[in-house]
Amino acid sequence: MERPIRVLVAKPGLDGHDRGAKVIARALRDAGMEVIYTGLRQTPEQIANAAIQEDVDCVAMSILSGAHNTLLPKVVHLLKEEGADDILVIGGGVIPDEDIPGLKEEGIQAVFTPGTPTQVTVDFIKSHVTPRA
Amino acid sequence: MLYDEDQMSVLKKAVEEETAKTQEKLQKRPERKEVFTTGSGEPVKRYYTPLDNASMDYMDDLGLPGEYPYTRGVQPTMYRGKLWTMRMYAGFATAEESNRRYKFLVEQGSSGLSVAFDLPTQIGYDSDHPLAEGEVGKVGVAIDSLADMERLFDGIPLDKVSTSMTINAPAAVLLAMYIAVAEKQGVSAEQLRGTIQNDILKEYIARGTYIFPTEPSMRLITDIFEYCSQNVPKWNTISISGYHIREAGSTAAQEVGFTLADGIAYVEAALKAGLHIDDFAPRLSFFFNAHNDLLEEVSKYRAARRLWARIMKDRFKAQDPRSMQLKFHTQTGGSTLTAQQPDNNIVRVTVQTLAAVLGGTQSLHTNSRDEALALPTEDSVRIALRTQQIVANESGVTEVIDPLAGSYYIEAKTSEIEEAAMKYIEKIDALGGAAKAIDTGYIQQEIMDAAYAYQKSVESGERIVVGMNKYQIEEASPKGLLRVDPAVGEMQKNQLESLKSNRDNARVKETLSALHTACEGTENVMPLILDAVKAYATLGEICDVMRDVFGEYKQTVNL
Amino acid sequence: MDVKAKLLEGNKRAAARIITWIESGDPRGYECLKDLYAHAGHAYVIGITGPPGAGKSTLTDQLVKRIRKTGKKVSIIAVDPTSPFTGGAILGDRIRMNDLTSDAGVFIRSMGARGYLGGISEATAPAIKVLDIMGSDVIIVETVGVGQSEIDIVKHADTTVMVTVPGLGDDIQTIKAGIMEIGDVFVVNKADRDGAKRTVLELEAMLDFNGESPWRPPVLQAIAQQGKGIEVLIEAIEKHEQFLRESGVFEAHRRRNIKSEILELIKKAVMIRVNDHSETEQMLDAYVDQIAAHEQNPFTAAEQIMAHIQFK
Repeated sequence: MERPIRVLVAKPGLDGHDRGAKVIARALRDAGMEVIYTGLRQTPEQIANAAIQEDVDCVAMSILSGAHNTLLPKVVHLLKEEGADDILVIGGGVIPDEDIPGLKEEGIQAVFTPGTPTQVTVDFIKSHVTPRA
Repeated sequence: MLYDEDQMSVLKKAVEEETAKTQEKLQKRPERKEVFTTGSGEPVKRYYTPLDNASMDYMDDLGLPGEYPYTRGVQPTMYRGKLWTMRMYAGFATAEESNRRYKFLVEQGSSGLSVAFDLPTQIGYDSDHPLAEGEVGKVGVAIDSLADMERLFDGIPLDKVSTSMTINAPAAVLLAMYIAVAEKQGVSAEQLRGTIQNDILKEYIARGTYIFPTEPSMRLITDIFEYCSQNVPKWNTISISGYHIREAGSTAAQEVGFTLADGIAYVEAALKAGLHIDDFAPRLSFFFNAHNDLLEEVSKYRAARRLWARIMKDRFKAQDPRSMQLKFHTQTGGSTLTAQQPDNNIVRVTVQTLAAVLGGTQSLHTNSRDEALALPTEDSVRIALRTQQIVANESGVTEVIDPLAGSYYIEAKTSEIEEAAMKYIEKIDALGGAAKAIDTGYIQQEIMDAAYAYQKSVESGERIVVGMNKYQIEEASPKGLLRVDPAVGEMQKNQLESLKSNRDNARVKETLSALHTACEGTENVMPLILDAVKAYATLGEICDVMRDVFGEYKQTVNL
Repeated sequence: MDVKAKLLEGNKRAAARIITWIESGDPRGYECLKDLYAHAGHAYVIGITGPPGAGKSTLTDQLVKRIRKTGKKVSIIAVDPTSPFTGGAILGDRIRMNDLTSDAGVFIRSMGARGYLGGISEATAPAIKVLDIMGSDVIIVETVGVGQSEIDIVKHADTTVMVTVPGLGDDIQTIKAGIMEIGDVFVVNKADRDGAKRTVLELEAMLDFNGESPWRPPVLQAIAQQGKGIEVLIEAIEKHEQFLRESGVFEAHRRRNIKSEILELIKKAVMIRVNDHSETEQMLDAYVDQIAAHEQNPFTAAEQIMAHIQFK
């Protein structure tokens, strides 16, 4: 039995602009993935807890408020603390290019900025998730 | 009837013949696309004629400027009398920093202020709340107490400017702070002009900065209506917003339909609270988006005006003409901006500005070219403001009222949008009104379906977005974006701490407990919020009292 | 430390991973259950079912918040439909249970039904066992919003709560058609809506019509969004538990469930053999040809294939 890729789509922080998160959730579903959608206003702790309980292959976070440098790395650290560093962590939203190298250094493996076709995200997830051992 | 019947039958025959002939030609040389659509994905015909407006009645459907049903505009002189208010939405970091930006904007010819608050403020948290981490001062200015508000408007005479505040769930608190600051300046509440957004339903639908459940939220709104009608008569107590609905991906017709459905819900809530229609309806204002499809957008504003006038007159039996006039603010569409080749956004904003002006807007915010990347820099904001000033002073479109009226296409499109919007309103009525329709997720799902269809059309290349999916170039990362000093969070926290140790805490406690009692009962909470604000109770403290009594809203998401 | 020891310690990551193994047919999943099965049986299992839009997630959220006040550890399995076309799914039940995500005493797992009928997924029953072994005191299974009578949750839950809302009209008819038998407790949610009283009366009448039974399901009202009616629901569930235990039905149910679990496993094993075995597949194809040519019949074919498997 082949298990679909499971992705947690989360909105960290307080911004309520969830169009991007919802569009990507639909696109991942249409690509045959199981998407766990968390809704708005998630703390890094909530995101990490959900990722572990759901045993997802990927955590995809959408953030437009400018709080990305604070919140995204925190999720990576919390996952690491729980030994869940095999989970692929990616981000998207209004994130200036100059912040991306720093985020990658912190373990966010890809950052998708406005205008990225959903297919690019789908393909990235497919080719970067670690098979569950 | 606008057109003579005989002429119409001649025209009909001519069109039929022409269509048949052209069909033949199209066999050999087809058009660029099989189907042409508007920005909202609605099909567009090759051309329009009086046949498309066959049932239109000039006086019933259009009227004259300043006359019912206001299709052609709400004032008899429009921009010949006074240009629209050029109102640039701004605010970031601390109150001092935002204060400097406001003074800059006023110097540059901005005719009204528009305050952007940071997310913790919009959700009723103080800057030291755990959920505020990383968010303080990011998308707007951080306001924790009256002290911040005093700094925000320092040196800005509140009897001279009109101020719009994008604040919803805690609107009552920020309005109270504004009234208190004015009082300190020696300006009475009767003199104050401005708007609070105060539109909670669209927060549930699209924008996400809600706090309380629907019922207590609606009560706060009607409390504000009532309080202002008696004490702040020139204040626009709500700005019923389609802007965010459109940003979330809706079509133009959905923007009108869902926004007016929200408007109906507010009117019904106010009537239920015992207010008289003509006491509050003239202070209702609207807020729409401007997207790139110029003609569709112009039609949208005209349709919204006509439909609202009809609803107010027929459904709510308003008598005062001002109750029937849909007055609106416009913001150019943030979601239409591209992060790629950002200077192209200046052109988009120009087209959108034209749409808003040709559509008869009362005030306008133009987005800056860099807003798909970060908060705008001063240079970018200046260009955005100059765009309005060029359209106002050089394009000539301001010299004549509603110049596109009578265009067969514009009139047909206006009617089409009005009808489609009315269908949405009927559907929402059948579901029990806007609040219930949101609760079931109907509205959100309709918007999401449109958003997803749009995304797919861009990804398939069917819809071209210049610089993004066509005409791309290799470009370097943009430089010189505005960055909010990360120390803002700490600064706010420190100020909060010193405020709490310097104020009369017994008085704070007293006012908060009085507010608690009021929330549990039915009296108007505005005076009690004003007392608490003046005692320097913080926004978070006041909202916590209300959270305690009212509970918190949970969103409905239908994917 | 291995994953089994971790599960016994109550480690959530271990539980999550074992459930993943079960979901993906990784033999390690069942290996764990085989070894640890004796540790299961402590948790009380509550099924929450009902039509789409009845407010199951909100009710579950409220229910769990109240249960958590007693200190009991709670696990939730929330099942959502899978798209039959792409195999993908959007599992959105967590949205309504946001506050629970920060509670260390709560574990939430969302599952796509993955083509399995009956409101749950194939992995739901073994996942219940995993969470039981992890040390959950209460396990709540929220089913797909179904309208049909085939609700498998009854086979795995001690108490099944049937949630409905006023004004679904036709759904009452559906309930009549079979769901009436499966609810141990009925809840009319969103009871502030018009027609709540009528819905309650209709349900009561149907339950009365259902005839004599030692447990007469109560029909409750709730407004889950405002947290109203939750205490009464908890009392009703407790009363049902008490009834089950005192009447001996609890034991009987569990024995029945074990039996059906074994039978399910056998069924599955047989089908796997039939489907996976190239030889049986050849036989199957050959029989299809023969039957299509009117030379054979499906009854004999099935007998022959079964006989062949048994020889293995």
